[in-house]
Amino acid sequence: MNLRNPLARAKGLGASGEGSHHWWVQRVTAIALVPLSLWFVFSIINHIGNSHEEVTIWIAQPSVALLLIIYLGFMFYHAQLGIQVVIEDYVHSELVKVVSLLLVKGIILVAGLASILSVLRLAL
Amino acid sequence: MAEFTLPANSRISGGKRHKDPSNGRLRSVKVYRWDPDSGENPRLDIYEVDMDACGPMVLDVLIRIKNNIDSTLTFRRSCREGICGSCAMNINGINTLACTQSAVEIDGDISIYPLPHMSVIKDLVPDLNNFYAQYASIKPWLQSDSPAPDRERLQSEQDRSKLDGLYECILCACCSTSCPSYWWNSDKYLGPAALLQANRWIADSRDDATGERLDELDDAFKLYRCHTIMNCTNACPKGLNPAKAIADIKKTIISRK
Repeated sequence: MNLRNPLARAKGLGASGEGSHHWWVQRVTAIALVPLSLWFVFSIINHIGNSHEEVTIWIAQPSVALLLIIYLGFMFYHAQLGIQVVIEDYVHSELVKVVSLLLVKGIILVAGLASILSVLRLAL
Repeated sequence: MAEFTLPANSRISGGKRHKDPSNGRLRSVKVYRWDPDSGENPRLDIYEVDMDACGPMVLDVLIRIKNNIDSTLTFRRSCREGICGSCAMNINGINTLACTQSAVEIDGDISIYPLPHMSVIKDLVPDLNNFYAQYASIKPWLQSDSPAPDRERLQSEQDRSKLDGLYECILCACCSTSCPSYWWNSDKYLGPAALLQANRWIADSRDDATGERLDELDDAFKLYRCHTIMNCTNACPKGLNPAKAIADIKKTIISRK
């Protein structure tokens, strides 16, 4: 039985002042990913059947490497923002929530940095 | 985790069958029943209602049941014309007001449940304590820094028109209880009804607390659990658009960055 006033419960700990940033960058990255993803998918389709050497030469071009790095950065960041929302929506145990959020952020960070590093290795 | 199955004490079993004493055109109406004093699980009672002796709306059917068939049926009702918001319930899968939902226009059986994902007090009466507290938490009153004038605070016709589509909300809770985000996180997420009301005061040209109101909403849960699912707009029996009101709050918060 909870004897706390319903209004006090509804107010809770107050507003964190952080929701709007998450919402905004999720939309900005989503819009940026529309042309970037189209470019990426069409480029990959274009390279079907090409040799490993041809593809690495393509990636090594400065403009392609730059676009790929921007695409990967936005893609992993957007994925992290999305998964964070899913976890916050459905996971209600505070401990499981914090651990899974940190885990997801860590995995996304490592995966993102690893893929950007791979592009750089080919480009530099 | 969010619970996707009903807890054992909420599972609905088959109920009793009740027949209207008069013998007109009978129609089957399934109604969710739960009595907190019985210690039993909820059940689905079937009432055979004489539609010739009963008005056209779902609320008329419920009143017919209560008056003539089974006086133990409990539900909220007051104005019977869609302005008080008391008789909000889930009718054939849609949250709406029993008084403005035509029973005649529904094909087949009518199924009536309380508003979804709320604690039930009895039968069709949900516990709206948290819902009303969330409404109170957005401070639904005019806050002004200027002293009270001797007459009304003036507002241009243009500014007044910004409240259209917001002031009509009757707080029936059809929208909030149709929202999956509200189902999973109603302890922290304010829900479409309270947020539409918040925007009613944010959009009011006579209110001076806009900044504080926006500060209090800028939170990952209070406001941003809205994922534009739009169930609220589909459900609103007054034809309002809470999803747009929430989007307007988000835009207003971004515009001040």
